[in-house]
Amino acid sequence: MFNEIYELVTGPLAWIGWGIFLLGSVYKLASLWSLAKKKDTSSIYYTKAKFGLRSIAQWSLPFGTLGWRETPSVTVVTFVFHICLILVPIFLSAHVILWEEWFGVSIPALPNHVADVMTLLVIAGGTFFAWRRFSVPEVAFVTSGHDWFVLGVVVAPFLTGFLAYHQIFNYEVMIVLHVITGIAWLALIPFTRLSHMLVSWYSRAYIGSEFQGVRHCKDW
Amino acid sequence: MKKPVFDRKIEDIGLETGTSRLTPEKIQETIQNVLASETGAKLKVYHDTCVRCGLCSKACHYYVSHDGDPTYSPVGKVVQTMAVMIDKKGKVDADFIYRAAQIAYTECNLCRRCIHYCPLGIDTGYIMSMVRRICHKLGVTPQYIQDTAHSHSATMNQMWVKDDEWIDSLLWQEEEARDEFPDMRIPLDKEGADIMYSVIAPEPKFRTHLIYQAGAIMHEAGADWTMPTLHGWDNSDMAMFSGDFEIMGRLKRDHFERAQKLKVNRIVMGECGHAFRSVYDQGNRWLGWADYPVEVVHSVEYFADLLRTGKIKMAQKVKGPITIQDPCNIIRGRGLMEDLRYVAHAIADEVIEMTPSLEHNYCCAAGGGVINCGPPFKNVRVNGNKAKADQLRRVKEQGVDLCLCPCHNCHGGLEDIIHSNELGIDLKFIGDIIYANMVKTKAVEE
Repeated sequence: MFNEIYELVTGPLAWIGWGIFLLGSVYKLASLWSLAKKKDTSSIYYTKAKFGLRSIAQWSLPFGTLGWRETPSVTVVTFVFHICLILVPIFLSAHVILWEEWFGVSIPALPNHVADVMTLLVIAGGTFFAWRRFSVPEVAFVTSGHDWFVLGVVVAPFLTGFLAYHQIFNYEVMIVLHVITGIAWLALIPFTRLSHMLVSWYSRAYIGSEFQGVRHCKDW
Repeated sequence: MKKPVFDRKIEDIGLETGTSRLTPEKIQETIQNVLASETGAKLKVYHDTCVRCGLCSKACHYYVSHDGDPTYSPVGKVVQTMAVMIDKKGKVDADFIYRAAQIAYTECNLCRRCIHYCPLGIDTGYIMSMVRRICHKLGVTPQYIQDTAHSHSATMNQMWVKDDEWIDSLLWQEEEARDEFPDMRIPLDKEGADIMYSVIAPEPKFRTHLIYQAGAIMHEAGADWTMPTLHGWDNSDMAMFSGDFEIMGRLKRDHFERAQKLKVNRIVMGECGHAFRSVYDQGNRWLGWADYPVEVVHSVEYFADLLRTGKIKMAQKVKGPITIQDPCNIIRGRGLMEDLRYVAHAIADEVIEMTPSLEHNYCCAAGGGVINCGPPFKNVRVNGNKAKADQLRRVKEQGVDLCLCPCHNCHGGLEDIIHSNELGIDLKFIGDIIYANMVKTKAVEE
């Protein structure tokens, strides 16, 4: 029974998940670009690679901007959270095997204990963000069900993966939940606030260009 | 945690009359029309990707001044206005529109300080200006700012200045100035002059001495300049802030076309922030120009040039330290901070910077059309800017008695804040100080 479910979630379901993620992302980007060309031509006109890259670089530096300096705890957690969030799913040794198996791609793996700590950091980061959504008035005021859902979707694969790896609770249930939540995580990127992963590079580059190019002023 | 609610409705006849005429159908249709025809991927991306982290909160002087009340944070204002309009596809009621208008017109100065705080680059100022656009189209605008927009529409200036009154004001100031500078003229409609000098309508209306001073400085510098007698002389643009972009476009076209008809090389504009924004940022784009069709030089740049090239020399500098108010629309908007510093150091012995300063400076809370919403909302901007009062108090404690303030809106806003908080700081335009302390080679001997 377990084997069949496992085969299902790592087989057809995974392909569907990847398909939704990839096609959904292409659709999202293409539809936004086409809308922008129709309605936001001036924004496209002012966007310049030089200013955009400068802005992205500056905002990629922890404490490199006024905003990052103003709330240090959020800055530290945000950077650690996002770095671990991206690196662990790609370079976890168990996933490295899957890359090889599914796509024939061979990449180096993170040592297991490092990946384990990074996973905990994602869970801790998610907990911190959840605490902010509850307790910090300016965050609580603007938090809706969507935000909780997205936070849950993001942290769930890490939590279930951690529990499965350490064989806490029922391994078989956990690993299946891990795969399902991981697929949901991917598939939901184009259709939720997680789409900031896809498009915020451009909104950053655009506003950076407006500031540096038109307003002769830094945007950080 | 119990979420705070918006409980600060202010009575305004414009908002009241406007909302009384609304029907649910009209509201929905208008919102949907604006969203579909005037917004696009930019607003959609902002709406879809804002992760509600709240980092922008500390950027906003309203939020800071209200002890962290989240209903004043930039994202807090978005979730009370545009986010609901989009999510509910325009199905909101008249009370909602009243609240949205009050927030967008009077609790956001479109100063864009929050850009320095948002990692995703979300432009809350743009979102608020689109809320204003919707309110304008619904006919729900604060009475006072709507009156200025009407004035723009009917007279092409902001203050119902009639054509003959305008010319009279110029002639009057010329006559006054000729007591001091016997050969001084305010050249009217001089075709082919190097400079067309344009001002905002409050100058002829109640700050007429600024025209005298500008004339004196131009005269002393030997500038080849002119002022137009016909419409297009007013560079101000409250329609940009009321959401009446059609009028905004007419105004900017008129201003530029006046300069083109006079065949001048460039426009020099008085010490105003929002008018500058409307020529390099919003008005020009509405008309389809990437930049302006006639070069526009702000007074800060012009004065810096006069002082650098020695065309104007200071006979004396201001004694004691001064501070600088960096107006959003010329600093965060156009990067004139270095020129402003050059001027400040050229005219004063010592400059003590406010904290924060330069592009990170706090807004005066009068800009973005807020002061133009008139007396009903005066307390909104004065109480909403304790952050500015604290900033000023800190430099006052360091011995500053004078604040250089090269923007009309900042003057109005800071004047009220200084008065209300009994800070005892004088506000001056650059022109005030240059005129008073420059070497006057062409003046009568005293």
